[in-house]
Amino acid sequence: MISANLSAIFYLISGILFILALRGLSSPETSRQGNLFGILGMTIAITVTFLSIGNFSSGFVVVLIFLLIGGLIGAFIAYKIPMTAMPELVAGFHSLVGLAAVFVAISAFLNPEAFNLGSPGKIKLGSLIEMSIGAAVGAITFSGSIIAFLKLQGIMSGSPITFRGQHALNAIILTLIIVITYMLCSTQSPNLFWILLAISFLIGFLLIIPIGGADMPVVISMLNSYSGWAAAGIGFTLENTALIITGALVGSSGAILSYIMCKGMNRSFFNVIMGGFGATDQSNLSQSKEQRPVKSGNADDAAFLMKNASSVIIVPGYGMAVAQAQHALREMVDTLKKNDIKVSYAIHPVAGRMPGHMNVLLAEANVPYDEVFELEEINNDFANADVAFVIGANDVTNPVAKTDPQSPIYGMPVLDVEKCKSVLFVKRSLSPGYAGIDNDLFYKENTLMLFSDAKKMTEDITKNL
Amino acid sequence: MEIDPFIFRLSIFILSIFIGYYVVWSVTPSLHTPLMSVTNAISSVIIVGAIIAGLSGNSSSIFNISSLFGFLAISLAAINIFGGFLVTQRMLAMYKKKKKDK
Repeated sequence: MISANLSAIFYLISGILFILALRGLSSPETSRQGNLFGILGMTIAITVTFLSIGNFSSGFVVVLIFLLIGGLIGAFIAYKIPMTAMPELVAGFHSLVGLAAVFVAISAFLNPEAFNLGSPGKIKLGSLIEMSIGAAVGAITFSGSIIAFLKLQGIMSGSPITFRGQHALNAIILTLIIVITYMLCSTQSPNLFWILLAISFLIGFLLIIPIGGADMPVVISMLNSYSGWAAAGIGFTLENTALIITGALVGSSGAILSYIMCKGMNRSFFNVIMGGFGATDQSNLSQSKEQRPVKSGNADDAAFLMKNASSVIIVPGYGMAVAQAQHALREMVDTLKKNDIKVSYAIHPVAGRMPGHMNVLLAEANVPYDEVFELEEINNDFANADVAFVIGANDVTNPVAKTDPQSPIYGMPVLDVEKCKSVLFVKRSLSPGYAGIDNDLFYKENTLMLFSDAKKMTEDITKNL
Repeated sequence: MEIDPFIFRLSIFILSIFIGYYVVWSVTPSLHTPLMSVTNAISSVIIVGAIIAGLSGNSSSIFNISSLFGFLAISLAAINIFGGFLVTQRMLAMYKKKKKDK
């Protein structure tokens, strides 16, 4: 058994290692080392906890068994999961953090002596407040992530679910959570604790159902943030520095990612949370646009254009992930490079279903990361490029965002694809994207539409090169 | 008058938010997905609380209702820790630089 002071020092060290783990992610070279720091920090935290309890009896064995079961499941999932399913996986993981926070809070509420928080019915006021916050945020994280997971997995429709009085209902429940927390702290009644958990689960569910599939990058980052705040709340209850530091780090990380995603869509955070985007806009698009001429071509034409180009910019989007076309794409690019054609990739901040999703998919297909560029880095290059190859992206290339103040996506940063000498646009049909609006790019003089499945088209082009 | 230890914890918390702010802004956008999976893994340090909860039973009965919740939380957090770090490792291993000789 080690002293409380010594273990506090060790918890601080593991908190610092977690900071270094995130710091490592500033570049791919240092990132792998960063991850090792993270693992080391976690190992220290767990070991110190065992040592500080100093109880290596039968209970210890049971703890190890449960740890092992979880570890095996986690390791299995980590090795099996396809990279396209990362958003679902992360949402699922968030729900587990949330539920774990709830369970720890329940345990601390039922048996406060074990945590040095007083006795049942006489829990220290401060601890009880911290515990309630941790439990409520944990419960919201859990049920919200479950909904996000179901939407991303396609089990639940990605379209927003809205009903009358939704915002009023949510506001009432949120107020209720505060009132019940207050009452719980003054009465210490277990019943109120259970009610608090139940309505927190409910509000997590209600908050996420009105948010549409295209807004998932924001939702998933937001839940990331919540899971951090839940951990911090529990950290205050347990008076544990490692948990407080980590919770703060994760909380701010998720908040920053949500901000970046919102900015990528030119929408306010509040606007995303209120939900319903993508459902309301569909009514006004059908009447306004008449049939306009579109140039369409086949793989042969596309191959011809690219063969004669000296530089090509690839614009991948979520559709590429759906069609699993990243490997076929990489083969096409290899062939292009053999013909001395310069190829780079342009990634929009909200391409894919979570921050950085496209980068991972391209990395998986062995695309070197120094050929992949962010919007600000590459946007000026479109004017000098010969061919833009848009595969699975749509709204993020729509010039309407720059020209039409009436458009729901007006002001959203977009890739200046139309400035290329010619644009190849792989798409299955002319149907609008997630924002529910028509893409002006389809009708431009220099655009050639390639109507096909992304993977099949890419393979056909490679054959023709 | 003595300062409540809570204030010290609050200070740590707020300073950590600032550290998180600056550190996360310096993360390159191409690594945002690994960032999410690794933050997932580290927030499972909540397992510390789960272990305390799991070991809260006395020697005559390891399993009381409180420790059961602890055991379950240990498994949940462990899924996240192992799953989170390993999938991050798997992703980061894929990020490669251009080979110069090609």
